[in-house]
Amino acid sequence: MCLVLYTVTGLMSSMSPMKKVVMRKNTLAVLLSAGAAALALSACGSSSSGGSGKSLTLVAYSTPQAAFEKVIPAFGATPEGKGVSFKQSFGPSGEQSRAVSNGLHADVVNFSLEPDVERLVKAGLVSPSWNQNATHGFVTDSVAVIIVRKGNPKKIKDWSDLVKPGVQVVTPNPFTSGSARWNIMAAYGAQLKEGKSAAQGETFLEELFKNVVSQDSSARNALQTFVSGRGDALIDYENEAITDQKKGEPIEYVIPSNTILIQNPIAVLGKGASATTAQKFVDYAVSPAGQAIWAASGYRPVISGVAGPNFPKPPGLFTIDSVGGWKSVTKKFFEPETGIVTKIEESLGVSTAK
Amino acid sequence: MLGTGLLGIYLSVLVLLPIAALLAKSGTGGTSTFWREISNPEAVAAIKLTLIVSVIVVAINAVFGTLIAWVLVRDEFPGKKIVNALIDLPFALPTIVAGVVLLALYGKGSPVGINVAFTRTAIGLALLFVTLPFVVRSVQPVLHELDVSMEEAAESLGASPLTVLRRVLLPSLTPAIISGVALSFARAVGEFGSLVLITGNLPFKTEVGSVYVFGQIQNENLPAAAAVSVVLLFAALVVLAVLTLLSRWRSKHVL
Amino acid sequence: MSSEAPGALTLPSPATTRLESRPPGGARSDGAVRARKLGLRTIALGYLALLLLAPVAMIFYRTFEHGLGPVWDAVTATNAQHAFWLSLEIVAIAVPLNTVFGIGTALLLERGRFRGKILLGMLIDLPFAISPVVVGLALVLVYGKTGWFGDWLSENGIQVIFSVPGMVIATAVVSLPFVARETIPVLRELGTDSEQAASTLGASGWQTFWRVTLPGIRWGVVYGVVLTTARALGEFGAVSIVSGRIEGETQTLPLYVQARFENFDITGAYAAAVVLALLALATLVAMNLLTRRTRGKMAP
Repeated sequence: MCLVLYTVTGLMSSMSPMKKVVMRKNTLAVLLSAGAAALALSACGSSSSGGSGKSLTLVAYSTPQAAFEKVIPAFGATPEGKGVSFKQSFGPSGEQSRAVSNGLHADVVNFSLEPDVERLVKAGLVSPSWNQNATHGFVTDSVAVIIVRKGNPKKIKDWSDLVKPGVQVVTPNPFTSGSARWNIMAAYGAQLKEGKSAAQGETFLEELFKNVVSQDSSARNALQTFVSGRGDALIDYENEAITDQKKGEPIEYVIPSNTILIQNPIAVLGKGASATTAQKFVDYAVSPAGQAIWAASGYRPVISGVAGPNFPKPPGLFTIDSVGGWKSVTKKFFEPETGIVTKIEESLGVSTAK
Repeated sequence: MLGTGLLGIYLSVLVLLPIAALLAKSGTGGTSTFWREISNPEAVAAIKLTLIVSVIVVAINAVFGTLIAWVLVRDEFPGKKIVNALIDLPFALPTIVAGVVLLALYGKGSPVGINVAFTRTAIGLALLFVTLPFVVRSVQPVLHELDVSMEEAAESLGASPLTVLRRVLLPSLTPAIISGVALSFARAVGEFGSLVLITGNLPFKTEVGSVYVFGQIQNENLPAAAAVSVVLLFAALVVLAVLTLLSRWRSKHVL
Repeated sequence: MSSEAPGALTLPSPATTRLESRPPGGARSDGAVRARKLGLRTIALGYLALLLLAPVAMIFYRTFEHGLGPVWDAVTATNAQHAFWLSLEIVAIAVPLNTVFGIGTALLLERGRFRGKILLGMLIDLPFAISPVVVGLALVLVYGKTGWFGDWLSENGIQVIFSVPGMVIATAVVSLPFVARETIPVLRELGTDSEQAASTLGASGWQTFWRVTLPGIRWGVVYGVVLTTARALGEFGAVSIVSGRIEGETQTLPLYVQARFENFDITGAYAAAVVLALLALATLVAMNLLTRRTRGKMAP
């Protein structure tokens, strides 16, 4: 193929004699050839991919970048991680997962939600047994919290305060931000936890959405919106709240008594030397030493006995499995045509759009 | 005709094949799926909003873009070169930065006292920002080539400014204005990055087509994403066709 | 089309007749003209101030509000440097290609006679009407691993998506129409008279193009190149999808800005954005200088 490209390049250069032009008119052909040649060169040059096991490609969702910037050097300081270099890619969880399934090379993936790993299992890139280990495939935990303005002027303490009249709520759009689904399931699951029926839980979501004033495309954008002055409450992850507070933003956060345990998966791809090194990196990330770094960045450890900050455990903590697991939840709530949340948005939209 | 052939290959690689792939994707579920996807109420609301705001935006662009171009070519004032140099910046600035800055300027606590964040006006504002260069930059070169003595002659003879505009300037500028308007419209319909922060993305209220499409992609609902894209594309195509015909007609019939 | 310029030359009759009846009051109307110019200038600049100058000023202010130190650190960071050079590399490939093909398209559309002209004209604008995210997706559908050419490309050891070639293609797509769109109106305004004269005098097609057509359309080409470069520099959505976003490898400056923003490093994000703005300004200045210098040489 490289040959073909060069032939095209040659053809372009041969344009000039065919047209019988004088010397300086060659500029155009030269420009064209240069462009094509550069394209050809970069196409032919970039087809190599290492398999030595000394270079790993990490593809992850956006939030943990700052933490990885500490975890990776710490891994490099261990005997297993000595001399291992890293290529890193960060972006929205769903997009990253789709990129890997479309051919982006990765040795380790870290996503916001389990379904993003399951997509790679389906594509045959990740072993179906990826989550059969001590931490069930998870590297970090967090909880869904409610971020409020400093001093909590609206006295927001729990989910029920968010549906009061006049309270403005910011949450990312669950259809553009896969991770925003944690928020919805937290609010819904909390209702069940309080002993309400599924129907009552759905009614609660409807009331909640009535108070939602902004549905940003990602969690990070929602935070930006909230910090810029919009809304009274923002539903977000605890680790984001901690990071933002450290940045000196005038906010505080409340952990509702019933809330969801957010679990972020990590998985190894492929086989051979790189996979072995990748597995060593994952092992380090879930080791007590690795987990201490995550904890310092605001994430809850996935193993017990980790040194660092003490995270208050909400009495009514539940997991996604207690509301049916991602597979059933995605179908029931977020199906583009028939999902419960889709219907809620539709009924609110039709009644309030001008 | 080697040149034409190369051009054909170039356009195929860049435009034809990707659009064909998109069309193929939007048709995977058959026509019934296509219709169902584009008659989804949320999609309809987003498409409608996108088209209405885009039309308003390009109308404003046509007037102010031409005016700015005229001032930049015909007028002389201190700092003109700097102003001229800034015109292209909305393109070069990453849209996320544009979004953050517009939110800071025209949102809560606005230093200029304008708070339009999270309204439909904000969508228009963001679109005006990102499409600003189009009309200005397409009218400018034509004005450069256009002999200034014509306007001066007409003016010194006492022709009213409107007459000068209608009889001298517009006949020559219309193709350029239409060219800029067409590009603005296309860009406005497809714009995404600068809008996400300042609109608040509320479905049915401030959610534009491109954001809806983005949501459908995230949902693995590719046929829906492709279908709505195709509708927006078609709308842009119709507008482009009308504008092309208009500019042909206009160049034959000098008012 | 060429009838247009002469049409404007013979000032339409109603205006002329009205003019004749007016007393020759040069001084008064001079003042009126100046006042009107001032008025138009105020409106234009006011609009620009609110829509353009304020945001740009704010970006510069936010970038430098903590002094030069953090900005310097931000722009000299390894990944920022790499992103800078990668952005330049992509622009250096995509812009010349789009310029040459853009001028070709413009000539074809304005001077050529063939069926489907309108179609070709619309074709070059199309990539614009699609959200950049969808452009990226469409490229993946064609050139990605599971795309139409996926098998063929991987058999031949070529990686397009998630490497530089894909990013160049994405950039070229989103900046495709500018040169053609800027050049067409100028070509139309220019008319074919001087070109015909040149060829009557025995000039070859190329000579006519270099000596007559190109000098005539140079301002259109200049603005086209400037817009193409600016757009190519700033593109995020489409490039983001096809790049894989690998830091220090396939991360362009706008992607770097986004990454910095996601990591609460606002200074880093703004600093990189300012670099992009300066690059766009430099393009404009360079193109202006180039045009001015070649004007004397090229003009007939």
